Amino acid sequence: MPDAVQLLDEHGTRHPSAEWDHWIADLDDAALAALYEDMVVVRRIDTEATALQRQGELALWPPLLGQEASQIGSGRALRTDDFVFSSYRENGVAYCRGVDIVDLVRVWRGITASAWNPYDVGMATPQVIIGAQTLHATGYALAIQSDGDDAVAVAYLGDGAMSEGDVSEAFVFASTFQAPVVFFCQNNQYAISEPVRVQTRVPLVDRPGGFGIPAVQVDGNDVLAVMAVTRHALDRARNGGGPMFIEAVTYRMGPHTTADDPTRYRDPGELEVWAQRDPIARLRLLLEQSGALGPELEARVAETADRVARELRAGAVAITDPPPLEVFSHVYAEPHPGLDRQRDDYARYLEGFAL
Amino acid sequence: MTTLTLAKALNAGLRRALTDDPKVVLMGEDIGKLGGVYRVTDGLQAEFGPRRVMDTPLAESGIIGTAIGMAYRGYRPVCEIQFDGFVYPAFDQIVSQLAKMHARTRGAVTLPLTIRIPVGGGIGAAEHHSESPEAYFAHTAGLRVISVSNPQDAATMLRQAIASDDPVIFFEPKRRYHVKGEVDDAVALEGDGAAMPMGAARVARQGTDVTLVTWGGLVGVALDAALAAADEGVSIEVIDLRSLSPIDYDTVAASVRATGRIVIAHEGPGEAGLASEIAAVVTERCFHFLEAAPVRVTGHDVPYPPAKLERHHLPDLDRILDGVDRALGRVASTVKA
Repeated sequence: MPDAVQLLDEHGTRHPSAEWDHWIADLDDAALAALYEDMVVVRRIDTEATALQRQGELALWPPLLGQEASQIGSGRALRTDDFVFSSYRENGVAYCRGVDIVDLVRVWRGITASAWNPYDVGMATPQVIIGAQTLHATGYALAIQSDGDDAVAVAYLGDGAMSEGDVSEAFVFASTFQAPVVFFCQNNQYAISEPVRVQTRVPLVDRPGGFGIPAVQVDGNDVLAVMAVTRHALDRARNGGGPMFIEAVTYRMGPHTTADDPTRYRDPGELEVWAQRDPIARLRLLLEQSGALGPELEARVAETADRVARELRAGAVAITDPPPLEVFSHVYAEPHPGLDRQRDDYARYLEGFAL
Repeated sequence: MTTLTLAKALNAGLRRALTDDPKVVLMGEDIGKLGGVYRVTDGLQAEFGPRRVMDTPLAESGIIGTAIGMAYRGYRPVCEIQFDGFVYPAFDQIVSQLAKMHARTRGAVTLPLTIRIPVGGGIGAAEHHSESPEAYFAHTAGLRVISVSNPQDAATMLRQAIASDDPVIFFEPKRRYHVKGEVDDAVALEGDGAAMPMGAARVARQGTDVTLVTWGGLVGVALDAALAAADEGVSIEVIDLRSLSPIDYDTVAASVRATGRIVIAHEGPGEAGLASEIAAVVTERCFHFLEAAPVRVTGHDVPYPPAKLERHHLPDLDRILDGVDRALGRVASTVKA
């Protein structure tokens, strides 16, 4: 990725940039330490959730291992009144939005399709149908525009989603209406087993241009560059500049989900190359060099991660199954006689077992 | 009260909805300056502006998907799909997104979209312009499905659909766009003197011998058939179902308990169609009242035929009367038992 924006390389070396530095000029040592803590905690959540799945406490978990900088750097750039429409892997973004830790795993415990009220955290129920959320984000942005507000809708998508028709349609609507929406594409190199070359013959960042959407490629493992680029895109959208596309080049270090076996399709050498580009390690090096990361901070971060992991585990195993008639709840907002009859019939049927 | 065509009645209903609620927005292809290919949105963009009446890109999934996003932020979009056969590119957004969102979010997110779809055949149109896809949507939990047959229902039920907090698929029979009728576009939707509930069926003609259930474009044909049958001394009760999800089985069952016979007619294919579902439910609920097996008169299980052959596909007056004869136990057709 020769043209990707990079401010912090894999050796922890900070590369000044006249174009991008001013977007993160406010980041002092404390702010950098906070980003470091976020990434460590999110990685710990990922590890703990994977363990919970292996122990049978969760049915499935989609790890984001390796994508922490993309998710924290962008997630921490957002304003409270911005609104996120994501896929299922954006647990780091959800963490930034203030989603309760245990709510991150409710869906994967199989008790609900949605663990949080989207309006409480400014983040929609994560999307499973690939790319569908990009249209919702664009429509939400149209509504922001109609309201005369300066919030921004943010669509998170992946490299695989770039092949979906809905994403192209979202680009068309976003562009022709100049909607305040940011498309944040994490190119983690794989759509389950398919490498990104199956999706595209050109760099993903080159594609939105044809729709009239400016695009920038960023080192997705560089939390500083991701934050700078995202802040720029948000600022542009807030001020009537229209949509923007960000390709965060990163790597899915883990499986697609806990049900996947990446050894069937991935070269271990490739994994080693990307392990050298770890997003947390490079920020740690920077903080060590500057003296900001000492034993005290290290201990505090570890303690936070441990506490979050304990909360996640305790909360996850305590989740109970919802009552059976919940399946009929909320299908409609208003009464539906046909469904009400089915619910009553099934309630009577269940009562028969109690006799 | 004014005399309006069904298309003009829809226009009046939309105008009132746009006036009454600033969150109502219209979205669709060619609905702005052109006023829609059937002129249902005629003049509305000039009156309410391009942010309330939005000409969209030619992308049906995009129309529904962005409307979902607008509804997420409190808007009440009314989407026009230009023709019945053009709705399929939006199928995922309707079935996986729109229909499920309220349940997925456990009631946190309501998506009060109305999707207007010109429906059905009988107008000599090109392919993909004459289809009856209502069964797909009635099969989908989370959607309400409406099919109007007359100008007054068109004006009132469109306002009800827009006011509903649930997503509504709103079918408009193309062959009846130009049918005229008396319309009050300010009927109260709630309280004293309010319109019939959106989910209620209407007895369009009373009768005693056979119950004939249909909706949309075939209601006029059914009424003509009832008139013709009356000449032969057969009294047909015609029910205009109006709502296909939910279905007002109370009204249908009350009629069948009185007549003992039922014919269900629709334009769409018969296999796994709504007539089959209605026949099954009526059989379950009215078995001991039935004098004969329920009869279905439907389109064939074929791709919608070319215009010159569509009269062999669509149930017409004679095919409906043939069905009535079967329900009466008269051997009048070649259909084998």
